Amino acid sequence: MTALDFSTTLGNAWFPAPTFTASGCASSGRELAQFFDLKDMGAVVTKSVMMKARTGRPTPRMAETPSGMLNSIGLQGPGIDAFLAKDIPYLVEQKARIIVSIAGETVEEYSTLARKLRSVSGISAIEVNISCPNVENRGLVFACDPEASRRVIDGVRRTIGGELPIIAKLSPDVTDLVSIARGVVEAGADGLALINTVLGMVINLESMRPHLGGKTGGLSGPAIRPIAVRAIYQVHAAMPQVPILGMGGVASGRDALEMIAAGASGVSIGTASFGNPTAIMSIQNELKDLIVAKGFTSLRQVIGYAHRPDEVTND
Amino acid sequence: MSTINKNAAQIIATVVSNKRVGQYHQLIINIGDLSALCKPGNFVAINVGGENSRMILRRAFAISRVSTNSISGGTMELIVAPHGQGSKWLCSQNEGAALDIVVPLGTAFGIPTEPVQVLLVGGGYGSAPLFGLAEVLNAKGCRVDMLLGASTASKIYAPMEGKRAVNSLRIYTEDGSMGQSGRVTEPIKALIDDMNIAVIYSCGPMAMLSAIDEITRGTHVVHQCAVEESMACGIGICMTCVLPVADDAGNISMLRSCIDGPVMDGSYVQWDKVGEVL
Repeated sequence: MTALDFSTTLGNAWFPAPTFTASGCASSGRELAQFFDLKDMGAVVTKSVMMKARTGRPTPRMAETPSGMLNSIGLQGPGIDAFLAKDIPYLVEQKARIIVSIAGETVEEYSTLARKLRSVSGISAIEVNISCPNVENRGLVFACDPEASRRVIDGVRRTIGGELPIIAKLSPDVTDLVSIARGVVEAGADGLALINTVLGMVINLESMRPHLGGKTGGLSGPAIRPIAVRAIYQVHAAMPQVPILGMGGVASGRDALEMIAAGASGVSIGTASFGNPTAIMSIQNELKDLIVAKGFTSLRQVIGYAHRPDEVTND
Repeated sequence: MSTINKNAAQIIATVVSNKRVGQYHQLIINIGDLSALCKPGNFVAINVGGENSRMILRRAFAISRVSTNSISGGTMELIVAPHGQGSKWLCSQNEGAALDIVVPLGTAFGIPTEPVQVLLVGGGYGSAPLFGLAEVLNAKGCRVDMLLGASTASKIYAPMEGKRAVNSLRIYTEDGSMGQSGRVTEPIKALIDDMNIAVIYSCGPMAMLSAIDEITRGTHVVHQCAVEESMACGIGICMTCVLPVADDAGNISMLRSCIDGPVMDGSYVQWDKVGEVL
């Protein structure tokens, strides 16, 4: 049996495995480290960090839905300075590869965050989260507006220079995802993270009001997986050269393989870790076995395999 | 390895027994050597619904008691109310069923180093972990008094054998169907004044914990409470189960009740800000 080349790349960043945490679903890594070695997966994608510490949205912040859940956290976090002082050194010490996710309220805040990260060593890539649905003003979801998305990525690109890959995280809650994806790539994104959660709501039948403190929340889990696979497939078809970090309801190796075949170079696991702290490790192992069982010798052969031309038959 | 939940492990555990006790179910689950690492206040996160379930999140349950040397080996006891789909599924699991669990999780009740007088206050089946706690406190030489309350008699959980470790047990029901009529928090002020109570341990609905905090505020009594917030993960990664908690300098932050709790010092919890935007 030949050994499988399981490695992948996002821009110029190399990862030994195509399995990642999803931003906002692994805090900053310490919590999962009790259950497996962080260096054994592709990379830790950290929780989207902003300039200042933020307390987030009111509780209740969670509602389980059929094969999914709504969350309404609102980017609670320590702020970039505390994050760089405490969380990055820990992850570096664990020998984990790191993708730092950033979020801002203005185009300028994203650039300032990028400036803070420019000289930090140990980071493989930056995820620019322009699609968090849990903000008070929907007009501030940059990824719903092609021009705003472009400006954010352009600002980060100019600040970062050419060294660190930039991955733009996009929302599926748009009419024409491909045009938004094209815009951010033209503005300098090296890769795309697809998809963020889908905006949703649950009404509490006791109070007869929206259940979540923030009223709306982001739907995640297996319920949204077909939306994610569709988004990845469409964007890969339009721009096959742009690496995609796929996510949205991946809970098993077969789910991950589906996304890779649709065009993802790597897969992030989020909600599945809530139900199973070792989900990333089992998904990684299942994926590896499946790829080998299908006769591939490298992960790269599988990326976008669902787009191949029809096989020529002899009849 | 991490410093968070450093004793926790994910295991497949077997149900030793499942008995109906009034409106609740008492489940005994074999967790082997992990039983020695479980302390009163810790909780367990259990996968529910079986392999192809549409319920994707674990359910958190307080560990009511552990035994390190029962005939089945190390076991833990859970008292479960079959309220929602997940807890109903768990209550339908019979002897021999395999459960995917993560245990032990969260903070534990602090045990005094001196044999002081303590008061345990439980609401509904929130009383369950207090019996295991009472045994530990009793073994430390503490005088343990207990108050249990619920809306009605059928919701009181007070097993016979649990009473051995307490000096006195008083029951309150709001409809007067068992014990005295009224709320469990009503006698607390008089008890603090009359007895030399050093610590109140509480477990039950948030409104009860908040009412106890109001009574103990400004007194020397330490209030250790086990809080309740809905959790998605139980291990500190989802940030849904947060509560506003002050530090010594008065700065308020949103702490996770799964990692910084469930047991917290009640005087630091900002009860009036729960569910608010800070």
